[in-house]
Amino acid sequence: MSTPSYNVIGTRPPRHDGADKVTGRAIYAADFQMNGLLHGAMVRSTHAHAILKRVDTTKAAAFPGVVAVVTADDFPQTPDRIVDLGEGETPVSHLRGNVLAKGKVLYQGHAIAAVAATSLQAAEQAAKLIEVEYEPLPCVLTAVEAMADGAPLLHGGDTNVTAHVHHAMGDSDAAFAGAAVLIEREFTTATVHQGYIEPHAATVLWNNDGRVNVWCSTQGSFVVRDVVSCLLDLPVSQVRVTPTEIGGGFGGKIPVYLEPVAALLSKKSGRPVKLVMSRRDVFEGSGPTPGSMMRVKIGADADGKFIAAQAFLAYEAGAYAGGMVGAGAMCVFAAYDIANQTIDGYDVLVNKPSTAAYRAPGAPNAAFATESVVDEIARELKMDPLELRLRNASREGTRRADGPKFRRVGCVEVIEAMQAHPHYSAPLGEPSHAEAKRGRGVAIGYWFNIGLPSSCVISVNADGTANLIEGSTDIGGTRTSIAMQAAEVMGIPVDQIQPTVVDTDTIGYTGVTGGSRTTYATGWAAHDAAQDVIRQMKLRAAKLWQTEAVDFADGVFRAGERAMTFAELAGKMSETGGPVVGQASVNPRGAGGSFAGVIVDVEVDTGTGKTTVLRFTAVQDAGRAIHPSYVEGQMQGGSVQGIGWALNEEYWMNPEGRMMNASLLDYRMPTILDVPMIDTQIVEVPNPAHPFGVRGVGEANIVSPPAGIANAIRDAIGVRLYHLPMNPPAVAAAIGGQK
Amino acid sequence: MAHVHIPALLRAATAGREWVEAPGATVGEVVAALEVLCPELQGRLVCDGRLVRGMAIAVDGEISAMGLLEPVDGETEVQFITAISGG
Repeated sequence: MSTPSYNVIGTRPPRHDGADKVTGRAIYAADFQMNGLLHGAMVRSTHAHAILKRVDTTKAAAFPGVVAVVTADDFPQTPDRIVDLGEGETPVSHLRGNVLAKGKVLYQGHAIAAVAATSLQAAEQAAKLIEVEYEPLPCVLTAVEAMADGAPLLHGGDTNVTAHVHHAMGDSDAAFAGAAVLIEREFTTATVHQGYIEPHAATVLWNNDGRVNVWCSTQGSFVVRDVVSCLLDLPVSQVRVTPTEIGGGFGGKIPVYLEPVAALLSKKSGRPVKLVMSRRDVFEGSGPTPGSMMRVKIGADADGKFIAAQAFLAYEAGAYAGGMVGAGAMCVFAAYDIANQTIDGYDVLVNKPSTAAYRAPGAPNAAFATESVVDEIARELKMDPLELRLRNASREGTRRADGPKFRRVGCVEVIEAMQAHPHYSAPLGEPSHAEAKRGRGVAIGYWFNIGLPSSCVISVNADGTANLIEGSTDIGGTRTSIAMQAAEVMGIPVDQIQPTVVDTDTIGYTGVTGGSRTTYATGWAAHDAAQDVIRQMKLRAAKLWQTEAVDFADGVFRAGERAMTFAELAGKMSETGGPVVGQASVNPRGAGGSFAGVIVDVEVDTGTGKTTVLRFTAVQDAGRAIHPSYVEGQMQGGSVQGIGWALNEEYWMNPEGRMMNASLLDYRMPTILDVPMIDTQIVEVPNPAHPFGVRGVGEANIVSPPAGIANAIRDAIGVRLYHLPMNPPAVAAAIGGQK
Repeated sequence: MAHVHIPALLRAATAGREWVEAPGATVGEVVAALEVLCPELQGRLVCDGRLVRGMAIAVDGEISAMGLLEPVDGETEVQFITAISGG
């Protein structure tokens, strides 16, 4: 397949929002100001599981400066029903109950009430005066405990298991009999937070005309609109959501927490109300990714061909159903062509915040288990670990256990790029001191990517520039990656297009900035809108030249000997029919999943158990890299987060379900001092379903790092760790157990 | 006839068969035909005219945006998979 020649795609122009962000002028949700603004404060549960016997707001309401107080009773008590408002299908009662608890609290940090006052200090002091009487209940904190007979039940019934997914292909039990190597291991992972730098924040004005205006930090303005209208029993058209700049989300800013509460406070007070989470609120009151327990068993023949695999996955859902095990079960063996598979996954309620998506949700857990077992098989067979993976790699036509066959995917190309990378053949180097040991590990991983609807409108200006409006919150430079696709079609430089993310009244429905979909789907809408512009411009040229056949290439319209640039023709819009506005809405299929892999070198201090990442190479199939710098940025970001999963990050819960490390001082995320330069190599296996071949790149890069680091530690110290995080005490204990 | 992949948890309704062929011009029509062929599937894939909660449709390996309205032909593979989103 020949590589198309592009003028804009594949270049690295400056991002359109760069100046505002580096000069501090970008407006984030907590920056938002309005005349008459009130400040809100929340009351959150101090118990992980308790009956709410009494919530008395009397003293808070009487506190000087307080204008409004709300509890769950202030929500319209509409009949329960199942809705899909962008967070998956969910009962309205669960959405409402997670925003403000009613009758029972299900996790420490569960919101119970809120206060709006003329100052933040007054709101916070008044919130402390709200009297909450609890009847504590036993809590359950892990999926395994919650699945046990007699476990405390969060939502009644007879089990905390809210879903069982089961995939089966062939006969794995029978096939294991023919295995030359059979490895079965059990793994656990801790609860981990997305760790976005900017806390959740929202300002809401319930206007006198009944319209509700929301300004907030979100990955999906239309999700916020739909959830607010649903919980407040308003027509969707009555709610307008304006997304502010966003300081990270990683899936954690898809759920809605503050906006409906701020709306209730605004309705009661008649004034705009701002709510901002503290870091503690973020940890305790917003969705982390699930902790998990997994058993994985893989059998291979003497040549290293995987002949059968089984997986048992138990993922924490948190306080409400709808966890990440479904995707985990679909990803656990997705990288490999295995004829016989049995996969069981369980979504399990526990007394922790309701889990939220986090970058390839469910996949890093599963890959940690599978890729560790694959590493053990390579050791048993004395086979190069990448050669083993290549021998079994999924490719076009490989069928997954959940049914679908892969279309064109880049698993093989990613592994081959890892094999060829200088890192893979470079010497490890000598340990830095006598107690240090070095090792190298590899791992691969997969994420699906998704489509969902997107809309784009492009208005042409008389000077030949254009304004592009879209509804995708800009994460990672998507304004520019979307505008680049329009610029490529329109044949103009991307700095001639000004992209703007607008509110929900101004653009057609657009799905979340998540699922690695934005450059893919909203970029596709931009491509189609630009084509609409060119179609209209051709008609204008035809009118000018009194001809029917007008061609367009490289920014120039032509008919016979006559030619006109895009800008020249734009200057004649007025006399040829008025403004040219192109638009498109898409709901594409064929998102084209992405494979990624890592090569990791570590040094383990066998005295302290501390692991230092010495060298890290990330390889990923981007389909077509629209803006390679942004692709590399995603790869580096996912890698660093994966390093955090691997080595440090976890919720420390006491037996009563209280998080003991709810600050960035104690919740140990990697800093720049903890990671080496993340080397990146983009692989391009174009997605045949996309006009430019784009695959989403935001998520697959976090899937393999924890496993790659686990394999590197095993290589270094000769002991395998089966739990994340592999922090110094855990590594030291593993080494101690070996001695 | 579309080739329909039966989710493992529902194969008791198809006497253990992983694949069942069913006629129809859309996924919705295929499901209706499937429910006639395998009555125990009624309400397990589609309920009240909608896919059951948490499920999505993949057609020839790609998740369908059109769901039950997705056109199919004689060579089409239809799968009922877990609905996923992403971060």
